[in-house]
Amino acid sequence: MTTPDGQQNAAAASGDTALGENASEGTGGYDGEAATLSTALEARTAFSGDRSAVSVGEYFQAYRNRIRGGDLGALPALAGLVVLVVVFAALRWSTFTSASNFANLLTQAASITVLAMGVGFVLLLGEIDLSAGVIGGVGASISAQLIDKQGMPWWVTVIIAVAVGLAMGVLTGFLVTIVGIPSFVVTLAFFLAWQGVLLAIASEGGSIPDTNPVIFGLTHSSVSLLWSWVIVIAAIVVWAAYVAVTAQRRARQGLAQPPLTVQLLKVGGVGLLAVLATAALSINRALIGKPDQGIPWIVPIVGVLLVIWTFVQSRTQFGRFVYAVGGNKEAARRAGIRVPRIIIACFVISSGMAVFSGIIEGSRIGSVTASSGTGNQLLFAVAAAVIGGTSLFGGRGKARDAIIGGLVIALIPNGLGLITDSSVWTYIITGAVLLLAASVDAITRRRRASSGR
Amino acid sequence: MTSTQEPILELRGVNKSFGAVQVLHDVHLALYPGQVTALVGDNGAGKSTLVKCIAGIHQIDNGDYLFNGSPVHVTGPRDAAGLGIEIVYQDLALCDNLDIVQNMFLGREMKSGVVLDEAHMENRAKETLASLSVRTVSSVRQLVSSLSGGQRQTVAIAKAVLWNSKVVMLDEPTAALGVAQTRQVLDLVRRLADNGLAVMLISHNMNDVKEVSDRITPLYLGRVAADVAAADVTTGQIVELITTGRSGDIGLSRALAQESA
Repeated sequence: MTTPDGQQNAAAASGDTALGENASEGTGGYDGEAATLSTALEARTAFSGDRSAVSVGEYFQAYRNRIRGGDLGALPALAGLVVLVVVFAALRWSTFTSASNFANLLTQAASITVLAMGVGFVLLLGEIDLSAGVIGGVGASISAQLIDKQGMPWWVTVIIAVAVGLAMGVLTGFLVTIVGIPSFVVTLAFFLAWQGVLLAIASEGGSIPDTNPVIFGLTHSSVSLLWSWVIVIAAIVVWAAYVAVTAQRRARQGLAQPPLTVQLLKVGGVGLLAVLATAALSINRALIGKPDQGIPWIVPIVGVLLVIWTFVQSRTQFGRFVYAVGGNKEAARRAGIRVPRIIIACFVISSGMAVFSGIIEGSRIGSVTASSGTGNQLLFAVAAAVIGGTSLFGGRGKARDAIIGGLVIALIPNGLGLITDSSVWTYIITGAVLLLAASVDAITRRRRASSGR
Repeated sequence: MTSTQEPILELRGVNKSFGAVQVLHDVHLALYPGQVTALVGDNGAGKSTLVKCIAGIHQIDNGDYLFNGSPVHVTGPRDAAGLGIEIVYQDLALCDNLDIVQNMFLGREMKSGVVLDEAHMENRAKETLASLSVRTVSSVRQLVSSLSGGQRQTVAIAKAVLWNSKVVMLDEPTAALGVAQTRQVLDLVRRLADNGLAVMLISHNMNDVKEVSDRITPLYLGRVAADVAAADVTTGQIVELITTGRSGDIGLSRALAQESA
């Protein structure tokens, strides 16, 4: 009997042949006997997708196969965005494409986007959080009331409001995991219960004005022209550098990745859009008096949130656990993941982000009322995430889905508002777009299942 | 190829009851490095309970649990994993929405600081798959949902051997597989043993058992009926041991077999 050691080495050696690239490229192997030939053929299939150098052509071929296989990513949402922009621009060129309307659109999308980013974590688990909108309203009312009545500094009130939101998230998570009530029921109950709390804080029928210049300024004032450009250029440069450095490191370690040209083209494309948007926002939007130009403050803030949550989802162990729990709870449990903790954490993130969203919405409207966040806000956020490509079945979705979907959701009332005064079509078209997104999700899931993705 | 070596894992006189029902009676079991031991038995014979006792999911009522010759107390799955015992469950426990590397390291991700160390994980996953001579996977970054049944089983097994494990227990690894894929997995099982691991294979398929295992341990109503070298028995004898607890002069004594029934 051979020693285990010797056998291991032999196995490792044959493994090396499988990994080696030269074995597949050299023609020498094909001249030999049948055994050599079969080894060479095997070597071609083993990890062939993991080669470090993939040509641009091969990459696009693989990308086309992915799309055919039903892995569309953000493509449908981006296409929808383009279609809506083209239609509205064609119908109302002068008003829709004006700089002030563009700034408007961004601030309108902000609160839905932030809410959708948070709720996205709960959706990744395959759960739902119906209470997030109202939690946002409660948080906003607490912040506004403390500023208005107690004269507290704005940042103290924001911390208190977020803390309350986090506590609400812990409570939801506790009831879902420890007690075991379905999240739909728990959050539906809180959707109602927190409305009572909101009513008590905001006093029936009353409205709390958002008087603080910082909070009001989130959506109503802009970064100075110079800093707008500095932020945008710096962001693009840092992103490109990050992509290049990561690519180099992966290449050094012989790991597969999309070709650098493709990655840089992506950065360049998004960067170009950002530059064009900044150029549009550099136009003076004020009709009279003090000039109003630059990027609205809320835009870089949402950008920072996007970077943070993207990092958490794709680069940290916690993010990995969230996807695992959303994909297969039992597998996650057996892998030693404390599933209840992950679920509670996601509800906490959702509630915390909801408070930010509520404060942003209060800032945009200029006041917080007893009905803040109780309307369609949450449903729009869920719709935004789904339109962006997040699956309601859990396990699929990214923070950026909230941005793309939030823009689509905000674009519809924005554009239609310029065409007609009635909200009739806004609701119908928003519903239709959501249905369309859900159908795309359902159909591509079938294709994914049949093509095994 | 017999018991000249020390067993890496050994159970002596293990009993386990759930309330009034005694599931395992005085079980003796030994797993040797470099050997495949097949655990066979009818439904309800106690195979799963035995595996769960070894894995620490259930605790044994009494008897000795020896690892590397010294008695150990296994009170939870983490203890078992700490000793180097890994279990590949029947329903695989893989996440479809994650890729091969992510699945293999799930719950034990390598990190540098707070950031996941993808490069190291990817390379180690490749090395492990290569050491098992797995050549049917085109990329370790493929989603598990895109893999065939055999490939998924392969990933699950590779996940178990990634951690320098010493004992791997496979629960019905070929139950849902086609002919070619079964071949693949059986080859892999053999290779694990050849790499020096102690392998326990739980299976209903006598052909698989005969083909791949060195020793066979039939379980009959919670008792170990025999512990025989695979070469010494015929398939018919194994089936007899499974269904009646005895076959000719091997197996439980007539009295014991009847008492159990």
